[in-house]
Amino acid sequence: MEFQRIVITGMGAITPVGNNVADFWNGLLNGVSGAAPITHFDPEKFLTRFACEVKNFVVEDYIPKKTLARMDLCAQFAMVSTMEALEDSGLDLEKVNKERIGVIFGSGIGGFTSMMDSAISFIDNNRTPRFSPYLLIKVLGDVISGHISLKYGFSGPNYITSSACASAANAIGDAMHLLQLGKADIIVTGGTEASINETAIGGFNAMYALSTRNEDYTHASRPFDSERDGFVMGEGAATLILETLDHAKARGAKIYGELCGVGMTADTFHITAPAPDGKSASASMRLAMQDAGVQPEEVDYINMHGTSTQQGDLAECIAIQNTFGDHAEKLLLNSTKSMTGHLLGAGPAIESVAILKSIQDNIVHPTINLNHLDERIPQNWNFCANGPVRRTINTVLSNSFGFGGHNVTLLYKRYTE
Amino acid sequence: MSEILEKVQTIIADRLSVNPADVTPEKSFSDDLGADSLDTAEMVLDFENAFGIKMPQEEMENIATVGDAINAIEKLLAEK
Repeated sequence: MEFQRIVITGMGAITPVGNNVADFWNGLLNGVSGAAPITHFDPEKFLTRFACEVKNFVVEDYIPKKTLARMDLCAQFAMVSTMEALEDSGLDLEKVNKERIGVIFGSGIGGFTSMMDSAISFIDNNRTPRFSPYLLIKVLGDVISGHISLKYGFSGPNYITSSACASAANAIGDAMHLLQLGKADIIVTGGTEASINETAIGGFNAMYALSTRNEDYTHASRPFDSERDGFVMGEGAATLILETLDHAKARGAKIYGELCGVGMTADTFHITAPAPDGKSASASMRLAMQDAGVQPEEVDYINMHGTSTQQGDLAECIAIQNTFGDHAEKLLLNSTKSMTGHLLGAGPAIESVAILKSIQDNIVHPTINLNHLDERIPQNWNFCANGPVRRTINTVLSNSFGFGGHNVTLLYKRYTE
Repeated sequence: MSEILEKVQTIIADRLSVNPADVTPEKSFSDDLGADSLDTAEMVLDFENAFGIKMPQEEMENIATVGDAINAIEKLLAEK
């Protein structure tokens, strides 16, 4: 069966290092850390007191106050990054057939903070049930896609995917598959997360998953470094406009790149720890390459999951070693999370934006804070530790792995006729 | 009365993003002020908090206009 080719024609982002694609990309190229003391709540009693929050975000500039009251911060981020992506796509919203446009977002926890706040006030008020009628529409993750369809009248496929830190990768993958099958012409996709709250920080602290480098927080997210001590929580969103090539060509759209393959596997090892042999992670990368008809030797760059945890970073490196063999030392490797922190379900979306900018500009952003490469990782691998690397970038993998054992790999290519 | 009206106007204007001067007793929440059922339910919570009252379900169901809300609030305040 001959599938349609799928291209990316618009991007938007709101991240801890920049509130739009241009600022985000500049931040990444300049090695800016998004980490800072937590402002969303008073973290004094917590083991971890810093995170990568979105800064200077004046949501009232984008969303009417009345609508805002019904949206958790995660839905607000998704809406704002989508506004940027749609504008960037040059899509004529008056002319386009909105029945052929879908919205599929990924989010690991949806409106977690709204849920927590509501539970706190319930208990504070002597457990008297006085819940806001807006509460559940703020808590449910699916309204992230719902709000976007409402605002723009996009009446195609509409839902969210949830696979923890791989959520947006599943959303982008689903969007690609539906477009290939002809179920829509355009899908607005991406990921969003806004879970820097007491429960998430406390819960991840209880798992010893977060860095506690409170006195030196800009150096806390240090993927692959021997002194890494856990991930740093991030928040934000990114949106990709995925479109069938025929539709994009017919309207003369600019094309950032082509999404050519998706690999998806499950670890079947442990509910949080990655399988140390990286077998299923490796299979995920192989499946994505198979899907795209790409040989391992053709891959130029892997944007790694690289969260800065001891086990996760190592398992991913073993998976890359087993997938690429000697070619691994020729790859450019990096971790966007060294600067943005871990945006959980939104990570794969902002990382896809970084990849598409790399293809456009032929430059790969650095992995910051990598001073002493973990001795268990091959020392001749290139993690772009000394700054951005200029090289022709044609074929890129994006790895994302989630608690629960979800592995997703996306394969992007430079668009050529 | 005018104090209640003023408070109610502020709450409604804030919740529905409309001009307080447009919030007059004859205005319908849904037809004139753009409220849906969720907004109306949320405003009842706001009224309860602002006036220290508890609005029974059957009272809520009869509120269609700003005037209806004011009447209900006055009645409940008188019963306090």
